[in-house]
Amino acid sequence: MMEAKALISGIVVKCTFLTSVRLISISLGKKLPVLTKTYVNLLESYLLEISNSIKLVGQKQPPYRFFGEDMKLVLKTALALAVGVATATTASAADELTIAIVNNGHMINMQKVAEAYTAETGVKLNWVSLEEGVLREQVTSDTATGGGQYDIINIGMQEAPIWGAAGWIEPLNFGAEYDVDDMLPAMRNGLSHEGTLYAAPFYGESSMVMYRKDLTDAAGVTIADNDSWDNVKAAAAAMHDPDNGVYGACLRGKPGWGDNMAFITTMVNSFGGAWFDKDMKPALDSDEWKAAINFYVDLLGNYGPPGSEGNSFNEILALYNEGKCGMWIDATIATSFLTVDGVAYAQSPNAGNPVGANWLWAWAMAVPAGSPNTEASMAFIEWATSKEYIQAVGNHPDFGWDKVPTGTRTSTYAIPEFQAAAGFAAAEMAAIDSAAPEATDIKPYVGVQFAAIPEFPEVGSAVAQEMAAALSGAKSVDDALAAAQSAATAIMQEAGYF
Amino acid sequence: MATVSQKSKFGDVFWPIVAWIIALIFFFPIFWLIFTSFKTDADAVKPEFLFSFTPTLENYLNMTENYDYWRFAVNSVITSSFATLFALVVGVPAAYAMAFNPSRHTKDILMWMLSTKMLPAAAVLYPMTFLTKNFLGIFDTHFLVILVLCLINLPIVIWMLFTYFKEIPKEIIEASKMDGVTTWGEIKDILIPLAWGGVASTALLTFIFCWNEAYWTVRLTTTEAATLSKLIEGNRAPEGLFFGRLSAVSTAAVGPIIVLGWFCQKQLVRGLTFGAVK
Repeated sequence: MMEAKALISGIVVKCTFLTSVRLISISLGKKLPVLTKTYVNLLESYLLEISNSIKLVGQKQPPYRFFGEDMKLVLKTALALAVGVATATTASAADELTIAIVNNGHMINMQKVAEAYTAETGVKLNWVSLEEGVLREQVTSDTATGGGQYDIINIGMQEAPIWGAAGWIEPLNFGAEYDVDDMLPAMRNGLSHEGTLYAAPFYGESSMVMYRKDLTDAAGVTIADNDSWDNVKAAAAAMHDPDNGVYGACLRGKPGWGDNMAFITTMVNSFGGAWFDKDMKPALDSDEWKAAINFYVDLLGNYGPPGSEGNSFNEILALYNEGKCGMWIDATIATSFLTVDGVAYAQSPNAGNPVGANWLWAWAMAVPAGSPNTEASMAFIEWATSKEYIQAVGNHPDFGWDKVPTGTRTSTYAIPEFQAAAGFAAAEMAAIDSAAPEATDIKPYVGVQFAAIPEFPEVGSAVAQEMAAALSGAKSVDDALAAAQSAATAIMQEAGYF
Repeated sequence: MATVSQKSKFGDVFWPIVAWIIALIFFFPIFWLIFTSFKTDADAVKPEFLFSFTPTLENYLNMTENYDYWRFAVNSVITSSFATLFALVVGVPAAYAMAFNPSRHTKDILMWMLSTKMLPAAAVLYPMTFLTKNFLGIFDTHFLVILVLCLINLPIVIWMLFTYFKEIPKEIIEASKMDGVTTWGEIKDILIPLAWGGVASTALLTFIFCWNEAYWTVRLTTTEAATLSKLIEGNRAPEGLFFGRLSAVSTAAVGPIIVLGWFCQKQLVRGLTFGAVK
């Protein structure tokens, strides 16, 4: 009781103190000079604009204009002066970089590790962390309007080749000591367009089976590397014990192209199916899709936790750590979050076709074409994706070798300290190495669990909804696939593929 | 007689209990949020640690040290207060004109204003980004956030004020006109004092709406003018469970508004239920 009281009063005192300090510093020390400076800067920049009557300072010339330059200036000045808090242009000098990142564990750690980079180079780093969907939306709208908000952006493997081809991001050129050949080939290929690297992988992942060895042993079953789906189902059935809160298999069911479709696509691949045929016509009504989806609905419906159509990575991670899942087939990165004992790993199962049975993804860093600080940005990316960075995380007092970003460089897996700290290292490396994003006879597009075409998120999201409907029983598998096929066909047709 | 008093006794006990239960149900998510914010990320997702855990301030320290909570909080205060102020500056005269000097089209204008709320925000995301970034150069400024917050709340402000003003007898305004009061005087000395409850509750609600606005504040800012919604947004993670951290950020973000609502409860309830003049 006393401790609770002390704790609460401590919080209150601290909050009050911090608030008052903050308010005083704003009202006295900071605000006035900052405001005055802003006005002076503004006036200066306007005078400059008038005298030159050319481009806006620190900004790209828009492709077209509605009013003349003077009108714009008047408007801008009026807008700026109408409110006290004015429009300082955010175009930063080269000693400051604004980095948009997704808020995943490795990126959060990077903010701490990069303090050393700031200390060494004097480059101040502004981190803007965003949820994946919002990040994608904001970075897309920024890039599509000529960029400029961010110097470095976090993008995924789906965007990198497309944006590179569109000229939205800069090609990356690093020095010899960066050792670009050390990069895992699958990663390098997935982030390149026509042989040019457009984004450097910060961490990468594939998918694999993570199962509870204690439960399989108790049930007298085994799960082998690249096992058959039938065996996996048998193992799930043997472990399934809902009365005691254990479900045989936890798999993604939440609709989303990066959620349930990531898993479902690898499953379909393993049944010999693909998203599109040779003419890029959707192939969702094929026998392979029907067989795979029937199997998926059967497996997850009978041996999965209730409400699976709402589960994606985070939801299943929570279930798994509560000891409720016999097995989980998902991103290899999950291994670093698992807290239950007795976890064993196996390479992804397949139904005869091992190519594309496990996915490939990377969170990579790229420089948008509109960035005024290309050189400084490249230098930072070079550092953050280097061997040196891996060492910095491994030797960092707050982190250590089990926290290093994996799935990017061959050399990481050869580090003895890393091998000792990370029990999943061998399985993860094997999964990433066997992932095959290249186009094959079966599929004409690049990408394992997605197709690297701009239309994919739209197609994937539409199909994802239908698959969730099939899983929840709202629709039959055949009906769902038929609806998915017609939706996908309409999108691809509109995009002009056929 | 006896039955009546018994009935009212029963009611005296029964209804407060129902009210308490409902209040507790509504309060539970906030309680859960605050509770979780004192757990570590690992404890936060473990059901066996529901009540038995060692409270930690780690999440709050992380928030202030690594995420610069105060910068976001100050931005939220600045943008919400100015937006509310400007919305009232525009809204009060507009509602005054519509309530006391209605024209043939007043109803249509009111409906039209409301209809602007029906536009899905995502539909204008690209034009907004383009205009504010490339054309006006005010992307990621307090000014832009204030402008947007003010504009999206203006229909509600005008509608609310309009309903309050309509309850004021026209004769009072007419009488003041006879006494030679100017239009500004009418608003300042007669209208606002009479409809004070209404104006206050409108201001409060607008402030709360501004504070909670996430779609635009997240998408039209980068670092300079980012508000608390952006801080919360940035603490969501697709891969990884950081519920302790997220709860701390959320608690710190909703805290000020809950405290504000607490103090102004009376005004809020009166304004919302009885109208301005009674």
